[in-house]
Amino acid sequence: MRAGLSRFARNRLALLGAALLLCLLLTVILAPVAFPGDPFRLAGRPLQPPDASFPLGTDTLGRDVAAEVAYGARTSLVIGIGATLGAILFGVVIGGLAGFYRGTVEVVLMRLTEFFQTIPAFILAILIVAILSPSVTNEVIAIALVSWPAIARLVRGEFVALGGREFVLACAGLGAGDARIIFRHLLPNCLSQIIAVGSLLIGTSILIEAGLSFLGLGDPNVMSWGLVISAGRAVLRSAWWICTFPGIAILLTVLAINLAGDGLNEALNPRLRDR
Amino acid sequence: MTDIVLEIEKLTIALPAGADRPNAVTDVDLVLRAGEVTCLIGESGSGKSLVARSILGLLPGPHVRASGGRILFQGQDLLRAGPAEMRAIRGAGIAMIFQEPMTALNPLHTIGRQLEEVFRIHTNLSRPARRAKVVGLLESVHLPEPARLLRSYPHQLSGGQRQRALIAMALSCQPRLLIADEPTTALDVTTQAQILHLIRELQREHGTSVLFITHDFGVVADIADTVAVLRRGDLVEQGSAQAVLGRPKHPYTQALIAAVPKLTPPPVRLPSKAPFVIQARDVAKTYGARGPFGGRVTKALAGVEMELRRGETLGLVGESGSGKSTLARAVSRLLPVDDGEILLSGRDIAHLNRWQLRPIRKRIQMVFQDPYGSLDPRQRVVDIIAEGPIIHGAPAERARAEARELLGLVGLDASAANRFPHEFSGGQRQRIGIARALALRPEVLVADEPVSALDVSVQAQVLALLADIKTRLELSMLFVTHDLRVALRICDRIAVMKQGQVIEVAPTADIYAAPQHPYTKALFAAVPGANWQDRTAA
Repeated sequence: MRAGLSRFARNRLALLGAALLLCLLLTVILAPVAFPGDPFRLAGRPLQPPDASFPLGTDTLGRDVAAEVAYGARTSLVIGIGATLGAILFGVVIGGLAGFYRGTVEVVLMRLTEFFQTIPAFILAILIVAILSPSVTNEVIAIALVSWPAIARLVRGEFVALGGREFVLACAGLGAGDARIIFRHLLPNCLSQIIAVGSLLIGTSILIEAGLSFLGLGDPNVMSWGLVISAGRAVLRSAWWICTFPGIAILLTVLAINLAGDGLNEALNPRLRDR
Repeated sequence: MTDIVLEIEKLTIALPAGADRPNAVTDVDLVLRAGEVTCLIGESGSGKSLVARSILGLLPGPHVRASGGRILFQGQDLLRAGPAEMRAIRGAGIAMIFQEPMTALNPLHTIGRQLEEVFRIHTNLSRPARRAKVVGLLESVHLPEPARLLRSYPHQLSGGQRQRALIAMALSCQPRLLIADEPTTALDVTTQAQILHLIRELQREHGTSVLFITHDFGVVADIADTVAVLRRGDLVEQGSAQAVLGRPKHPYTQALIAAVPKLTPPPVRLPSKAPFVIQARDVAKTYGARGPFGGRVTKALAGVEMELRRGETLGLVGESGSGKSTLARAVSRLLPVDDGEILLSGRDIAHLNRWQLRPIRKRIQMVFQDPYGSLDPRQRVVDIIAEGPIIHGAPAERARAEARELLGLVGLDASAANRFPHEFSGGQRQRIGIARALALRPEVLVADEPVSALDVSVQAQVLALLADIKTRLELSMLFVTHDLRVALRICDRIAVMKQGQVIEVAPTADIYAAPQHPYTKALFAAVPGANWQDRTAA
C-alpha cells in the first residue's frame, strides 16, 4: 500500500486531480462560513451578471449562484460517496458469492448482474427515484442500484483468479471455514483493485446525481448543481452564468476524480504497473 | 580448431537502478564455435537468459541494456547493429527456441502457416516450394504425419511435439547459431531425452553452433561440448564439458555439482513393518464433462491403490498428467474423489463432509509446489504459520509464540516473523510453507513437488530439512515428484504412476536396481546425465 502511494505521487496528473479534490473538500467545509444562511435565500436582484458583490451572479429568483455552487458541492460529494459505498457493498457481496461458490450460485448471480448491465443505468435510476419519491436517500439507493454490476464483475473475477492460488488451497487444508478464507485471504488481496475502481465510480455517481436533479428528480429541499442548471436553462442565452458555473463545477469534480482514480488504479493494480 | 561463429567480448548488461545489483552480467567472454554445443549454466537470477537475449537484441529495454562489450557475428558487432540489420540476422543467421512451447507459438495459426512464415520473410520461394520445405522440416524433426500436422493448431500438439515444431522453425533457414533457452525445462523427462537427442542430431548434421541455456547439470552432461558457469553475473568457470563436470575448479561449480542429487544406488533399508497410516483403495477421480454440452473427460485417477506406512517416506513418481498431484490432493482431502476409500489409520475419510473433516485436517498437512503462490502475500509470516492452530482453537498469543519457535526449526531467523512473504527467496518461502504445515503437528505430511521450483543448491537444503524434520517429528511423508533423482534421495519406497494408476511400487533400492515395469525402465533411462554420475560415482 505504501509503495502504491509513492507510485501515485509520481503521477503528475493524479496529483492534480487530488489537489482539485482537496479544493472541493475545502469548499464543502467553508461553505457555511463564506455564505452564511440558506443558499435558497433570495440575496439580491434576479439575473445579475457576475460582479463584485456576486462574483458568480444571481439566478432567476435572485439567489447567489456562488452560494448555490458551494452548497451543491456537499450534495454532490455526499451522494457520490454514499452511492459508491452502497454499490461496493452490494457488488462485493454478489461478486464474492459468485466467485467463491461458483456453480449454480455463480450462474444465477452473474446472469442477474448482466441483466442489470443491459438496462441503461440512467434510465433505471430515473425509474427508481420516480417510484421511491425524490430525496437524498432515495437518490443514493437508486445510484447504488445501477452502479454495482461493475464491482460485482471485478470481485468475481478476482475471487476466481485467487481461488486457484495455492495459498487459498493451503488455508482450506488447515481446516479454515469459508468466512475465514473470504475475509482473511480473498478480500484483502483484491482490496486495492476495489478501491481503484470504486474511486472512478464516485465520478459517475456525481454525474447521475446531477442528471437526476436536472430532471427535477433531486431532493427539492437540498441545493445541488443539477438543480441550479435546471433552473437556469430557460435563460441560458440571456443569463449564461447560471448554468455555466455549476457546469464547470461538475466538469472539474468529475475530471479530478477520474484523474485521481486512474492514478490510484495504476498505483494499486499490479497488472497495470510498469507500463 | 573449429571456426568461430560468435564471439562475445566483455559483455556487460546494465540493470535499472534499484535492482539487486548494478549489472545483470559483468565482462562475460564467450566463444561459440561451429559444430559445438556450449552450455551456459547458472541458477535463477544469474543472468544467463539475458546473455542469450542480448545476442538477438531482445533485451527487455529500455531499462535493461547492454552497457559494454561486443558481440561479434560474421564480423559484425550485434550490439551496434540497426533494427533492419538485426531483422535480417534473426531467424536466418541466428535462431532461438524458448522454454515454453505453448506460448512461443501463435495459437490462432496452424503449424504449417507459422513455419511457412519464416520462408516468406527470408526467401523468395513460391508457395508450393515453401510447402515442400515445411514438410521436409517436420520430417527432419521426426514429427509423425507431417501433412496432417501442417493443418494442426498448437493446442492439438503435445508439449514435446510443439517443441519439435519450434526447433523445425528455428532450423528452417539453416542458421549458423541456434540459441536454446531452457528448451526442455517444461517437458517430461522422457520427452526431454528425445528433444535433447534431436537437438544433438540436427546440430551434428548441419554443423550448427548451439548456445544452450540451462540450470540442470544432468542436461549439461548429456549435451554439452563446452560449459560456461555463470554466477550472479560473473562467468566463474569455462572449459570442456569433461573438465568442468569431472574436475570443477571453482568452489561454486563444485558446490553446484555436489548439490545435484546422485543417481546412485540408495542404501538398502529394511522393509518397514509399521502399521499403515494411509491407504487408498480403488480411488477414482474424473475431471470435466458436466453440464448440458458434455465435453472431454479426463480420468485423473483410475482406481488407484496406495499405502503409506507410519514413519516412512513414499515417493509418488510420474510424468505430468499421471495423476500424482491429484492423488496427493485427494489424500489430503483438498479435492473430492468420485469413488473409492481413503483410510487414515483404518478410518475412511474419503466421504466425510467438511465438518467431520475438520479434526482430520490437523492430522494430514500439505506442502505445496509453488513457493510464490502458496503464501498469502498480504499476511505476515507469523500469522501465516499461526493460522492453522488458531483455526483449531489455540489462543492467538500462544499460536504466535509457537510459530516463532517453528521458524527456528525450519532454519529461518526469528526476525522473519514480522515480514511479508515477498521479502523472501523461493527456498525461504518453501521453509515458511513447511513451518505452516508443521504448526498443526500432523501425522502425515503430503509434499507436492516441494523442490521442483527451486534452484539445485537450495533444493538440496530443503530436501535435507524435510528429511531431518521427518525423522525428528516421526512423520510419515507422501512425497510427490517428477524428478527421479530427488525421489531416490529422500524416499523409502517409490510408487510409479501412469495414467491415473500406480503401475509399480517397490523399495527405493530395489526399484533402482531392477525396475520391473517397462515404463519405469524408460523413466530411469531418460534421466538426464545418468551416465555422467555413474562415471563420477565409480
